[in-house]
Amino acid sequence: MAEIEHYTLNFGPQHPAAHGVLRMILEMDGETIERADPHVGLLHRGTEKLAEIKPYNQSIGYMDRLDYVSMMCNEHAYVLAIEKLLGIEAPKRAQYIRVMFSEITRILNHLMWLGAHGLDVGAMTMFLYCFRDREPLMDAYEAVSGTRMHATYFRPGGVYRDLPETMPQYEKSPWRNEKKLKELNANRQGSLLDFLQDFCDQFDSSVDEYESLLTENRIWKQRLVGIGVVSPERAFQLGLTGPMLRGSGVAWDLRKMQPYDVYAELDFDIPVGRNGDCYDRYLVRVEEMRQSNRIIKQCIEWLKNNEGPVIVDDHKVVPPTRADMKNDMESLIHHFKLFTEGYCVPEGEYYAAVEHPKGEFGIYLLSDGANKPYRVKIRAPGFAHLSAMNEMSKGHMLADVVAIIGTMDIVFGEIDR
Amino acid sequence: MSNLITAEELATTVKQKLSGQIKNTAVYKGQLTIEVDKSELRQICESLRDADEFQFEQLIDLCGVDYLTYGQDEWSTNEASGSGFERGRESLDFDKEPDSPRFAVVYHLLSVTLNQRIRIRVLVDAEDMMVPSVVDIWNGANWFEREAFDLFGILFEGHPDLRRILTDYGFIGHPFRKDFPVIGELEMRYDEEQKQCVYEPVSIEERILVPRVIR
Repeated sequence: MAEIEHYTLNFGPQHPAAHGVLRMILEMDGETIERADPHVGLLHRGTEKLAEIKPYNQSIGYMDRLDYVSMMCNEHAYVLAIEKLLGIEAPKRAQYIRVMFSEITRILNHLMWLGAHGLDVGAMTMFLYCFRDREPLMDAYEAVSGTRMHATYFRPGGVYRDLPETMPQYEKSPWRNEKKLKELNANRQGSLLDFLQDFCDQFDSSVDEYESLLTENRIWKQRLVGIGVVSPERAFQLGLTGPMLRGSGVAWDLRKMQPYDVYAELDFDIPVGRNGDCYDRYLVRVEEMRQSNRIIKQCIEWLKNNEGPVIVDDHKVVPPTRADMKNDMESLIHHFKLFTEGYCVPEGEYYAAVEHPKGEFGIYLLSDGANKPYRVKIRAPGFAHLSAMNEMSKGHMLADVVAIIGTMDIVFGEIDR
Repeated sequence: MSNLITAEELATTVKQKLSGQIKNTAVYKGQLTIEVDKSELRQICESLRDADEFQFEQLIDLCGVDYLTYGQDEWSTNEASGSGFERGRESLDFDKEPDSPRFAVVYHLLSVTLNQRIRIRVLVDAEDMMVPSVVDIWNGANWFEREAFDLFGILFEGHPDLRRILTDYGFIGHPFRKDFPVIGELEMRYDEEQKQCVYEPVSIEERILVPRVIR
């Protein structure tokens, strides 16, 4: 009989379970993984280099396109870094809006992750359920910023504009009768906050629904329990953050430990896992959705009762309103200067980190006093997670690689930058 | 939850514990930066990770920085504007002799126990790009060092597998250096006659809409 040596298998970059453009060279012994070598960079666009040739504000839109399923969280880190170097602080209402949208983004991201993870492992229904619930959140994005995904809503000094008083309505069309139309528009009669309140009230039961499909599901548990186990010590060594670290039992969450914006005033818990396997990370993320829902409810409550400005009143950084710009010479000058040149940020360096749905997302900003950053380094959580792929998949079967990719919640926009 | 110790207190401890090994410490906006020589780097990293008063168990980030055009602007108002997109923009001077080493490697460490961060900067001379690797101190440094090598050409001594990571297979150059053009150097297209992909020098011109200004 012929001796069978290890053989290599090329996984991706066009594999549906590769979550985008992951190419992996797997060294296999039969069906067991001996070594996994991920090849990344197929989506490298040089975001950091592009940010160096643009005024600060023009790069906010690039941040959305990093991790393109948690857009506003990326923006959050970027604007926090700029604000810190400029020495300004957003008004309270803006901070609440930002926190609320960061948490909406967290739910958006976790729903996308849950749907795709379920699909990878064979639970088709999850994908449909999750996308059903992503829809109202995307509508909230659209109502506030005009786009469903790449919002560019956060600005240094606050947010672009206040929350809208009305929600866009579904319109009559040949495939929607009067009754259906009324049903669709039922929760859109009030403001955006009322719409979100309605979402929050029913979201917990949606999460129960997902859990009834997965948590005690025999196949789901067989695929996830004991797969990709990471001990807390190894998680630290490998630079894992976010749910990947909490799944291993480390209660570390930047929202609690190094709170930014108004997180310190909000009441929420940090779920932690026990075994550090894919199943525990699943439980952690599902519980995080419930906690995010709690935070959103508190934000809605506060925002309904408190009016105020949503961006700082400093026209050296923030453009004046269009009405002012048309009537007031000084405002016109500010407007012109801001849109042709931008603002200069004092010389210095700052590392701003936020608890991104995937882990610690950081922006290291180095300024030499110009109107463009001298260097922006984006610390993407997925980059560190994927580098742990080799260690996490060693000794597992080929099909488990897919579960491990799923549990890492990989998005190539941020890994390749 | 508040920080257990402040950045200033950490700076004092660092100075006491590692005196003589660090060249510089600075606290800016509540963040501590220490500057160290590359010959001392590994020793300092080990004590930062293992000593009871530090316990920086996580390497959060590692990145390269190119200081070639630091502090230069490209705005001249001496003459009336010419034409095109880049009116009045002067190109940066890439041949200027830098007064300090050109490159730097910046490490960001996180201590979960102390809830504290620290930044280490190692200056790297363009003539000697070798920096000791910290992969065996924090295993997560592996890809970050590969990235710094790929984008800046900084070499890490003792790295187990220093390959390119983000750029294309067979890429030449280090794209995040300041003298590497934003539009790149080569473009690729499929050639119908040769029935293969061909690489050619770029045909587009660099277009920067807003000049760099320092005020």
